[in-house]
Amino acid sequence: MSSEAATQPSGSRSLHRFANPGRFLRLADAVLPWVAAATILTLGAGIIWALFFTPPDYQQGQTVKIMYVHVPSAWMAMFAYTTVAAASAAALIWRHPVADIAAHAASPIGAGFTFLALATGSLWGKPMWGTWWVWDARLTSVLVLFFLYIGHMAIANAFEDAGRGRRAAAILALVGVINVPIIKFSVDWWHTLHQPASVSQIGAPAIHSSMLWPLLITALGFKLFFVTVLLLRMKSDILAVRIKTLRMMSLGER
Amino acid sequence: MDAVREYLAMGGYAAFVWPSYAITALVMLGILVLTLRSLRQRQHALKSLEQAVGPRRRRSRRNEEAA
Repeated sequence: MSSEAATQPSGSRSLHRFANPGRFLRLADAVLPWVAAATILTLGAGIIWALFFTPPDYQQGQTVKIMYVHVPSAWMAMFAYTTVAAASAAALIWRHPVADIAAHAASPIGAGFTFLALATGSLWGKPMWGTWWVWDARLTSVLVLFFLYIGHMAIANAFEDAGRGRRAAAILALVGVINVPIIKFSVDWWHTLHQPASVSQIGAPAIHSSMLWPLLITALGFKLFFVTVLLLRMKSDILAVRIKTLRMMSLGER
Repeated sequence: MDAVREYLAMGGYAAFVWPSYAITALVMLGILVLTLRSLRQRQHALKSLEQAVGPRRRRSRRNEEAA
């Protein structure tokens, strides 16, 4: 490990600090118990608050309870994709091995959140809009996001040369990032059935604090869940690389 | 008891609210369980590999240093 660090130019040391898988593993192990505990606390508090201590909406009645899982899922769907794209850029530009592992570890979690945004949105749309699905700009762009995740996961394994597959996946992730602002602003750019943003409005959010606080705490819980599972998956993927190296070494020695 | 029943009815929207929470719990727990399972398997595999390869590797490294 020390020999690896010594071969790097000292100027880029700080940048490449986390490019070292061994150092990353130690950092992850130190951080994981705290992040996991914070996830359980915020997610538990947020969901209990949302389920038992929030009022029904004056227009939507109790269906507004779906918001507390739908909105955090949708936020995380976009956040995870941005993570995949940023990590892919770092992997392509600096050949950062841990960034490449991060991109592939984040992708399935993001796909899960995107699926949840679509499924809970559908369950909310049926009673409120009278339909499970419409091909409007917001819903369609989120469906495209889901397919981008699936493509990113599939393309990495579609090449015989794993390095080429991962590079192709990184390029797909970077091209697809254009979809993230399209999702965000789709409700402003086009007439959609989906309501516009209520939380991030400039000035006062168009949502009462009795609903805003449990929503924000649940969203924080979702984000911490993402960080926890991301660290676990990255750890697992680094171990997989080590296993592969050791297997090749033991074959070479035979 | 009536209060519980009324709460569970979610103002008539129980069929939409509860499945939303159930599917969210299912997907998030599912991802966590799959992740932990593969991590455990790999930790186990790495340990047994290191036990098998480790001594030889260390010896060869020491030989390199001596040379």
